[in-house]
Amino acid sequence: MTSELDIFVGNTTLIDEDVYRLWLDGYSVGDAVALRVRSGILEQTGATAAVLQSDTMDHYRTFHMLERLLHAPPKLLHQLIYQIPPSRQALLIERYYAFDEAFVREVLGKKLSKGTKKDLDDISTKTGITLKSCRRQFDNFKRVFKVVEEMRGSLVDNVQQHFLLSDRLARDYAAIVFFANNRFETGKKKLQYLSFGDFAFCAELMIQNWTLGAVGEAPTDPDSQVDDMDMDLDKEFLQDLKELKVLVADKDLLDLHKSLVCTALRGKLGVFSEMEANFKNLSRGLVNVATKLTHNKDVRDLFVDLVEKFVEPCRSDHWPLSDVRLFLNQYSASVHSLDGFRHQALWDRYMGTLRGCLLRLYHD
Amino acid sequence: MPGKLKVKIVAGRHLPVMDRASDLTDAFVEVKFGNTTFKTDVYPKSLNPQWNSEWFKFEVDDEDLQDEPLQITVLDHDTYSANDAIGKVYIDIDPLLYSEAATVISGWFPIYDTIHGIRGEINVVVKVDLFNDLNRFRQSSCGVKFFCTTSIPKCYRAVIIHGFVEELVVNEDPEYQWIDRIRTPRASNEARQRLISLMSGELQRKIGLKVLEMRGNAVVGYLQCFDLEGESGLVVRAIGTACTLDKLSSPAAFLPACNSPSKEMKEIPFNEDPNPNTHSSGPSTPLKNQTYSFSPSKSYSRQSSSSDTDLSLTPKTGMGSGSAGKEGGPFKALLRQQTQSALEQREFPFFTLTAFPPGFLVHVGGVVSARSVKLLDRIHNPAFVGIMGNTRSYKLLDWNSFNSDEPETRDAWWAEIRQEIKSHAKALGCHAVVGYSESTSICEEVCILSASGTAAVLNPRFLQDGTVEGCLEQRLEENLPAGCGFCHIPYDELNMPFPAHLTYCYNCRKQKVPDVLFTTIDLPTDATVIGKGCLIQARLCRLKKKAQAEANATAISNLLPFMEYEVHTQLMNKLKLKGMNALFGLRIQITVGENMLMGLASATGVYLAALPTPGGIQIAGKTPNDGSYEQHISHMQKKINDTIAKNKELYEINPPEISEEIIGSPIPEPRQRSRLLRSQSESSDEVTELDLSHGKKDAFVLEIDDTDAMEDVHSLLTDVPPPSGFYSCNTEIMPGINNWTSEIQMFTSVRVIRLSSLNLTNHALNKNFNDLCENLLKSLYFKLRSMIPCCLCHVNFTVSLPEDELIQVTVTAVAITFDKNQALQTTKAHVEKSLQRASTDNEELLQFPLELCSDSLPSHPFPPAKAVTVEKTSPMGEGNFRNRSAAPCANSTVGVVKMTPLSFIPGAKITKYLGIINMFFIRETTSLREEGGVSGFLHAFIAEVFAMVRAHVAALGGNAVVSYIMKQCVFMENPNKNQAQCLINVSGDAVVFARESELEVVSTQQPAANCQPACTGGEVTT
Repeated sequence: MTSELDIFVGNTTLIDEDVYRLWLDGYSVGDAVALRVRSGILEQTGATAAVLQSDTMDHYRTFHMLERLLHAPPKLLHQLIYQIPPSRQALLIERYYAFDEAFVREVLGKKLSKGTKKDLDDISTKTGITLKSCRRQFDNFKRVFKVVEEMRGSLVDNVQQHFLLSDRLARDYAAIVFFANNRFETGKKKLQYLSFGDFAFCAELMIQNWTLGAVGEAPTDPDSQVDDMDMDLDKEFLQDLKELKVLVADKDLLDLHKSLVCTALRGKLGVFSEMEANFKNLSRGLVNVATKLTHNKDVRDLFVDLVEKFVEPCRSDHWPLSDVRLFLNQYSASVHSLDGFRHQALWDRYMGTLRGCLLRLYHD
Repeated sequence: MPGKLKVKIVAGRHLPVMDRASDLTDAFVEVKFGNTTFKTDVYPKSLNPQWNSEWFKFEVDDEDLQDEPLQITVLDHDTYSANDAIGKVYIDIDPLLYSEAATVISGWFPIYDTIHGIRGEINVVVKVDLFNDLNRFRQSSCGVKFFCTTSIPKCYRAVIIHGFVEELVVNEDPEYQWIDRIRTPRASNEARQRLISLMSGELQRKIGLKVLEMRGNAVVGYLQCFDLEGESGLVVRAIGTACTLDKLSSPAAFLPACNSPSKEMKEIPFNEDPNPNTHSSGPSTPLKNQTYSFSPSKSYSRQSSSSDTDLSLTPKTGMGSGSAGKEGGPFKALLRQQTQSALEQREFPFFTLTAFPPGFLVHVGGVVSARSVKLLDRIHNPAFVGIMGNTRSYKLLDWNSFNSDEPETRDAWWAEIRQEIKSHAKALGCHAVVGYSESTSICEEVCILSASGTAAVLNPRFLQDGTVEGCLEQRLEENLPAGCGFCHIPYDELNMPFPAHLTYCYNCRKQKVPDVLFTTIDLPTDATVIGKGCLIQARLCRLKKKAQAEANATAISNLLPFMEYEVHTQLMNKLKLKGMNALFGLRIQITVGENMLMGLASATGVYLAALPTPGGIQIAGKTPNDGSYEQHISHMQKKINDTIAKNKELYEINPPEISEEIIGSPIPEPRQRSRLLRSQSESSDEVTELDLSHGKKDAFVLEIDDTDAMEDVHSLLTDVPPPSGFYSCNTEIMPGINNWTSEIQMFTSVRVIRLSSLNLTNHALNKNFNDLCENLLKSLYFKLRSMIPCCLCHVNFTVSLPEDELIQVTVTAVAITFDKNQALQTTKAHVEKSLQRASTDNEELLQFPLELCSDSLPSHPFPPAKAVTVEKTSPMGEGNFRNRSAAPCANSTVGVVKMTPLSFIPGAKITKYLGIINMFFIRETTSLREEGGVSGFLHAFIAEVFAMVRAHVAALGGNAVVSYIMKQCVFMENPNKNQAQCLINVSGDAVVFARESELEVVSTQQPAANCQPACTGGEVTT
């Protein structure tokens, strides 16, 4: 006696959250059944393994059929075939687009292309996430990227509108898309200590301050080429950053800047002497990062540079975070007192974001 | 020109990509009704076209309006080649034809293609302007309402219940036409879908005509089925109960949208077709041929009644000269005084209802059933067979010239069976059959026709032109011990049709009751039940040699009585094992396959307080000398006794102890033990001696004389009870539970197993089948575990044998959660209340029905308020008020449509019936593997069928389907060719319901709604 066909169709589509998770995690039906058995469900419900097998198959089939709709979540809301309560729809979508920290760290900032897709095998081996799950997560990134790539307006809003994700997840996707678009390097060894959250935080700041959309004014000319308001860094802004060079190139200005900072911080900083000794190096590092951002290559290396030029030196001198904060605040603010320096607004736009990022990046 | 149909095509969405190059579609729509077609403009390059068309107007006869579906085809425009069809939508416009149902059909319909499934949606608006037509010769029956619900619909009151209506139409199956060999599967499927839709419409119209003729205005318990007879054609048949219904909110009697025909109409032959064109597509069944001659061909009929012994049948009346539903005489005996009444015309006093207004059902006799085996290649008039010689050649001829004879053959078959049923009922001392249904099982050219129902004595006052309420009013004071009346035997105890064990009713102690009661109806609302009920199934397989034609039919006929007997034995054993004494909703399905017969009986067991406590089951061994054997027997006996005790606890069966004296002396008749022996062994006398030691006077004896019997006992014990928190029943509601919450989940589950063909034995087969059903139930319990505490209601199993080694089981049911903590005593209070209202005057009615009838004739005009009470006793009920935790229907773009096989929605009140939903779909694939194999294919298809039902209901303005039933799910596969095909037929009533909490706001306008909270308010304890 073999079961040829075995289905269950409810007027309201039954969704089992546990099975959904197993499916999303890329387990085969057999593995999923084994895992469910291990969870003790048989004892709790008095069911048999055959029942569990049938149930799991059924859910997998349902999820497989729903997957097509999950690729375009608004379709899931408007379709008539599966009657699913709105809260369940939201859960299905949210979970489908959720991703693993370990996975996202591997692909963050990489080009979402076929080439990367081939690397998924390696990522799967390295992270222990099933290849199926890696594929889903990668395809999700790519799908979201493709859809919002050409769109105007707020990146987060676009993601939210077209994929109906929660605010939190939409922000994460915005970060992923932003990183993929600008190809920031995140995989270097010295960046390994950083979490996705760190990068997402920086991405959000950068989107808010450094992109065209951040300027807050929609392009008056509808034909203008600045479509990707939130995706690309503001080219003009990057160009202008060259002007900051004077802060380190002009020796007087640099000395003045140093003395202003030192005066203000004397007695307040635990690592004052280290700071005083390193001030010029640190300042040079931060300003040089800014002036190099006209080159794509250097944009990509932004985080590497920040860690190399600022985070690591401070860390080797054992700066506590509070001191880093005090220093950065003073460092940014003191520029306003430099009479010879005319690019205050530019400095604020640059340093405001950078300060936020550095504080987030400064940890072990 | 009595009607104008107006259609507007608004927009489409989610269309499939038809042009690979552009990834877009140039869609347009063809709107077809009858022979007229309109087209919209092409909306270029869009998957979400906005046609916003003008109103397409069709001027048509109302007859066509009833028969024809509106056919909407979405196509992709192609400049260079033929336009590609994207898919179709068939809309049944019948709901627009009666005045108080839907007024407009408007909404998004899934675009369906028989090969690709649902491909996007289309927004359509449909309206009908009906002109009143006073033509007396008309063929239409617009205005007659149809309900699938097998009880009086919730917002109506039955003024008169007229009785049985039936009709069938026959056509050739397009799938078997010669042209099928050259056309595409899609064309074939569509031809079939369209034909069935057309035939359904025609059938409904004809039934409607009969109803008008009986001066009714509605059909309740409408059950339409189709028989795919293959080569010999396609039969669409329907039965129902004609009623005159009155809408509760309006005191004025309802009038059909079209004037009801005048009385003389009956004399006018209907075959004069005023419009010869209308029947071009389907054959007509002229009503003039009312006298049927039975086909001289041999019929392999083997009828057996449900009762243990063969009834010696009373002479068949009306055979040969009888006509379907017109003349009829036998019923005269009962109501001979009322010549004017509609009863006169009833040949078959059958009712498809399973639940009744209080006081309607007086006594219940027991289940009556009849089966008959027929050969399908014999259906044609023998003259034709003689002429043509071979059955295939007729296909090349004009079909229409033949098939006017066909319905008669089928009608004759059914008439024969119905006569049988009627005589069984008579033998049980009953004049009517309730809970009546008919079914067929077809394999190749053999067809088993089955009919079953419950013999009953009815209160005739509901059946005639008079006033129900007046009578009820009159009877109120008499206040007889109700709640047991229906259990009292209707037959003469000295001349019993079968050996039964009678005792005085445990409730009123006045009348005799049988020891067990089997019925096909729902548990009457006023019945006093102890504890809870449970689903009881008997399952049985019998191998059969493969044979051809007559030999095959003979073999089946020979097997049938054995199957019936064993099914009955199993049911009885399982009932005893549960410690219960009555079965409700009994449905025995016998399915025929190539090499086996399957029997599946489902029913809901309960403990009726009026019936005696069932005795235990006694096991008797054949070789009492063997010590170890004896030990084994006693071990089993102990197990059985334990199980009974456990079940009693599980189902809370603890009837009050009643001492013998109160019950009275033993019944005068010979004290015959109701004993069923598994095999007719010569040692039965010995057994009788043996079990006396047990002391229990009505113990049930199981004799174990071979391994088969041993297995049977084992299988009895292997039926696992549902996990705790779960109950199941196949009736509308679970006896003993009434505090339903509003959470419901309707589902369909299908399983097909392949039997290993090697040395199949009856025994192995039984085990396989039993496991299949048990596992299916276990899966359901597991899947629905999140709804605990919950009850599976209206569990409906269907078995089919699609191929040699395949068994297919389809289950449709609804899971309803209930609140465990809510007080259960509300049932009692409710029952008591309804008891007072009930007017079951058993004694008098039993003996002098005629006097009573005449009594009641001078009727009082009934106050409309009375209607409320009738409605109030509906089984859904009171418990719901306790639970207003209406599920928050969050705002979604797609409105939620509930589906349920029940006639009510827990926690809600049905405010409007929008019309019947009757849909037939075919789905076929040539890429089975790619669609996820058979499971993927069928899963998707059933989901699509649900979606289409929901969309139609939503377009009618409804939010639920009640009395939903999947009447057919025919699945065929050919994995080698990567192909599969499935046909599904579903029906139900589209309704609008409102949550009880919402209703209270408007209760002032509705007396019914007004009354309920008032009645129940005092009982709210938590």
